[in-house]
Amino acid sequence: MIKAILIFNNHGKPRLIRFYQYFAEDLQQQIIRETFHLVSKRDDNVCNFLEGGSLIGGSDYKLIYRHYATLYFVFCVDSSESELGILDLIQVFVETLDKCFENVCELDLIFHMDKVHYILQEVVMGGMVLETNMNEIVAQVELQNRMEKSEGGLSAAPARAVSAVKNMNLPEIPRNINIGDINIKVPSLSPF
Amino acid sequence: MALKIVKGSIDRMFDKNLQDLVRGIRNHKEDEAKYISTCIDEIKQELKQDNIAVKANAVCKLTYVRSLSTLPFSCNTLFCCTRIGYLAASQCFHESTDVIMLTTNQIRKDLSSPNQYDTGVALTGLSCFVTPDLARDLANDIMTLMSHTKPYIRKKAVLIMYKVFLKYPESLRPAFPRLKEKLEDPDPGVQSAAVNVICELARRNPKNYLSLAPLFFKLMTSSTNNWVLIKIIKLFGALTPLEPRLGKKLIEPLTNLIHSSDSELIVPLSCIAVLISLSSGMPNHSASHVVCVIVKYLGLLAMSKILKTHPKSVQSHKDLILQCLDDKDESIRLRALDLLYGMVSKKNLMEIVKKLMLHVDKAEGTTYRDELLTKIIDICSQSNYQYITNFEWYISILVELTRLEGTRHGHLIASQMLDVAIRVKAIRAFAVAQMATLLDNAHLLTGNTQRNGICEVLYAAAWICGEFSEHLENPLQTLEAMLRPKVATLPGHIQAVYVQNAAKLFATVLRSQEGNTDSTTAQETSQLMIDRLPLFVQSANLEVQERASCILQLVKYIQKLQQKDVEVAEEVSALFAGELNPVAPKAQKKVPVPEGLDLDAWINEPPSESESEDEKPKAIFTKEEPKHSRPRHTEVDEKELARRREARKQEQANNPFYIKASPSSQKVYQETPGVEHIPVVQIDLSVPLKVPGLPMSDQYVKLEEERRQKERAEKKKKEKKKRKEKRSGRGKKHDSGPESEEDITPAHMVDIVTEEMPEVGRILHVCVCRPLADSEKLPVRSHRPTEAPKSPAEDGDTESAAPQEPKKKSSKEKKEKKKDKDKDRKVRLKEKHFQHLNMVCDIQGNLQDGSQVVVSVIFENKCNSFLKSMEFNVLDSLNSKLQRPEGAGPHDGLTVPFQLPPGVSNEARFVFTVQSIVMPQKLKGTLTFIVKNEDSSTHEKLDFKLHFTCTSYLITTPCYSDAFAKLLESGDLKGSSVRLEGVNMPFHHLLARICFHHHFSVVERIDSCASMYSRSIQGHHVCLLVKTADQTVSIDAKCDEPSLLGNVLDEIKQTFSQC
Repeated sequence: MIKAILIFNNHGKPRLIRFYQYFAEDLQQQIIRETFHLVSKRDDNVCNFLEGGSLIGGSDYKLIYRHYATLYFVFCVDSSESELGILDLIQVFVETLDKCFENVCELDLIFHMDKVHYILQEVVMGGMVLETNMNEIVAQVELQNRMEKSEGGLSAAPARAVSAVKNMNLPEIPRNINIGDINIKVPSLSPF
Repeated sequence: MALKIVKGSIDRMFDKNLQDLVRGIRNHKEDEAKYISTCIDEIKQELKQDNIAVKANAVCKLTYVRSLSTLPFSCNTLFCCTRIGYLAASQCFHESTDVIMLTTNQIRKDLSSPNQYDTGVALTGLSCFVTPDLARDLANDIMTLMSHTKPYIRKKAVLIMYKVFLKYPESLRPAFPRLKEKLEDPDPGVQSAAVNVICELARRNPKNYLSLAPLFFKLMTSSTNNWVLIKIIKLFGALTPLEPRLGKKLIEPLTNLIHSSDSELIVPLSCIAVLISLSSGMPNHSASHVVCVIVKYLGLLAMSKILKTHPKSVQSHKDLILQCLDDKDESIRLRALDLLYGMVSKKNLMEIVKKLMLHVDKAEGTTYRDELLTKIIDICSQSNYQYITNFEWYISILVELTRLEGTRHGHLIASQMLDVAIRVKAIRAFAVAQMATLLDNAHLLTGNTQRNGICEVLYAAAWICGEFSEHLENPLQTLEAMLRPKVATLPGHIQAVYVQNAAKLFATVLRSQEGNTDSTTAQETSQLMIDRLPLFVQSANLEVQERASCILQLVKYIQKLQQKDVEVAEEVSALFAGELNPVAPKAQKKVPVPEGLDLDAWINEPPSESESEDEKPKAIFTKEEPKHSRPRHTEVDEKELARRREARKQEQANNPFYIKASPSSQKVYQETPGVEHIPVVQIDLSVPLKVPGLPMSDQYVKLEEERRQKERAEKKKKEKKKRKEKRSGRGKKHDSGPESEEDITPAHMVDIVTEEMPEVGRILHVCVCRPLADSEKLPVRSHRPTEAPKSPAEDGDTESAAPQEPKKKSSKEKKEKKKDKDKDRKVRLKEKHFQHLNMVCDIQGNLQDGSQVVVSVIFENKCNSFLKSMEFNVLDSLNSKLQRPEGAGPHDGLTVPFQLPPGVSNEARFVFTVQSIVMPQKLKGTLTFIVKNEDSSTHEKLDFKLHFTCTSYLITTPCYSDAFAKLLESGDLKGSSVRLEGVNMPFHHLLARICFHHHFSVVERIDSCASMYSRSIQGHHVCLLVKTADQTVSIDAKCDEPSLLGNVLDEIKQTFSQC
């Protein structure tokens, strides 16, 4: 089982936090701080496994992490997971992010926190590994995104508002006007 | 309405969306917290709006800020909103969130949504916050999803089942067959999910999943998914200890896997091999280095696993592991340390510890150093100091460790010192000398007081010097050291020990001056005590104060007597007379309970239940003082104990009615000749003492070598003599090979308190000849094949939610069952005794196949030889046949799939096909096997009889009273009855016995009347009505098969006639 997945940058700013076991808010913060403290002081050329971290679990638990440019990807797992397997999983996850965001960087994780969560949901579900095949993951994520788009998505809401204003006087105009699509691609258009 | 929507939408345009929020937070670097709180207020406003898009956006932002407590589920039709809702829920719901209860229907709706992604999102969300209630209510929905047409849903449903099992274990049995099915799903993702779930399940109880081994075996050889392979291999790792046969089978495919060129593993592995050889040449190639480090770490991890089974093979890599201690990676160092613990032997202990001591000096960071320290002590003290041959060396190691600055483990060292000094008699003189120097140099340890825990050591030092003061060379000097004013800066409990032991030393000094005509020394000593003790009398610590003032008055009195030239030494030392012996922590158990004392009886009548319960205990317990858990207090207790024991002895000695036991039982084992006869080397004590203050442990390594050589030489001499005398070639083996473990005789013996023998030792002492005690057999018997789920939940979906009520009842029953089990088991299990082998069998019907009976036989090897090639054969009757593998003839035996080393027992299962179950039956059989000794092997045969009672065809099936009533009303059942006379047992015992022996379950019980139900493997209903009235039990029974009923009743009758 995976207990938690933490992504934070070189300064310890959390970028994605996913706990698969309930911890109180302040304890979560404490865990993140402690984990960052443990991981950050390690050289780049030492091994990727860390035991200890007194807050989650105890001796049965391990931190398995990888360091990419400015980000640390840390998985906290118990002994039923294979160390190399998880290392590979981190790689798969990062490659998937890279594919979905086209050259992923820290900013992508900041501004598209929800999307990152959705991608993660396709990789790990409730602490269990769901899928390790990258193509499969990317395909599912894209299908869902397409669906969201077809519904107009959140960012299409202003567009609907615009059409609603117009519709007040012209009730005959068909509802499925194509403005939605334009707005999605350029979300910054919204303040008109 | 339309207007309202527009208004909301326009409002919304001026609100922030997630991107704005993030930007805003980033722009307010200085006052992030403040900005976030204003945002949250805004979000709260937004949540109150009707517009769904606004709400969803708000939820989305909240997820980002992650500070929301509860939120009503935004139920709506848009996928994007559902998705956000579940994401938010999965982030902030947990088991104690109240709203979860309200969500059941919403989730159920989403699960059955026609859109696969709605379902998928719901499953993902659910996996994060599933509660027992949700699990119970939704288990069925998820079960149906497991056979969804879309593999995407199937794999999520399979995976979430694990979470459901965790929260609602009752669902495991009904869901298992389907889960098993999924192992062979055409979609690799679903397959891997199923493997994942079963691996997690198997981690908790591997035995249940042995039956799946062949399936996994097939998967392993066919699957190309690395993840699945890794999981399966992990699973096999858990299964092989339970089924030795599996291990053999696995070897080939595993090696194939390693060698197969298309498997991805081999590529990196071979690269690594190359890289490692390269990296020695190119020091700064970091990429390759990282890989090496990972492999190193995993290698060490693997070794620790190998160590448990094959310590020898790991020990040969000792040097490599010691090298790893130098690694700059802390993870690797800690792993290596762990390994060392298991690698030490008498031979290499000193060497390893010496290396570790070097590391202690070099180590940076207190955590790692503390880890080292505890490991050193762990290594040395493991299994009762088994590997220590020279305790003087050990004491000096401990003393060296005290030089560590800032360690937290002062008390650990102290307790080791005490332990060794008390238990190893021969070492006391040396230990006392060392402790005296420690006390003398106390200023080194307390240099920075309060900062470190190392001053705890002084506690041990003072106590040892006081208790064994007869070994002190210069007690006066030590006494002076103990009474220095600086002592007053030490923690209170240490001061207390100082004061008490100063008094002991005082007594020793007085005694040593006894015969002396010149009494000035004695008087000076008294004066010294009187001068220094007032400092302690003023101590803030109560314990110190009390002891000091008591002893001060005593010394003043003694001084008076001295001035009158009265000889007081004898009386003073009598204060502290008596020897301290180690007592096993469990020694209390050995004291027999006096006759007539019933420990379970109430002393006072228990308070009546009507009284409010929470008040009473308060009044009783509040006065009790909190227990001290710190180890130093136990030390005090020990001394206290000794003193009390002494007082008791005195009292007993004065009591003419007390019969004195000659030598106490405790002493007997301590004064075994061993201690005196051990060759204690004359170590030049002046050498370690010359180094001012602190000894060097290194010298002992050398000395030890010398000692061993000497011993070896002696042994050789002896052997030569022997050879000359005997002229037989047998002795040859001994001196030619390298020195073996056993040859190294320890220089000192530890008093091993018998009760506390290490586990391994105790196992050796267990008598393997006696038949297995009932309690030992139980765990094996209790397991049932998973393929035969008992719960009726499988029959229909409607039932799965209902069966709460009767289950509780049966669990009550279970407790009672347990009590009876011990007594009655023999009736049920037919034991076959034989000089080599003991067989115990248990017969159970298979619910799924009405014509199958599973016989589990536990074979126990009772002799000292190896049993192998066991073959189990039964003479088939017309009605019952042993199921043999295809192609085997009707008279061939079945090979038992394991071998039995001495003292080991294992279980095998045999399946029988039975046609008619209405009659009991006996089958004759034979077991042939080979008994293998060191030099010979013989073929043996054992005849046995298997008794298939009708009871064994019954399967405990819970039944509800209304269903039971309907069954009786139907009129299909034929009745019969039986009376049992003179049954003298409580009614619930009686029921428990019927339940346990005859596989019934209680449907309803009213006073002394109960209805019971059971079902045969072929679906016959058996109903009982049991009544009892003064020692007579009447059983009215109904069943649709009269002859089966007759036989079952006969068997019940027999059960009760035997007791």
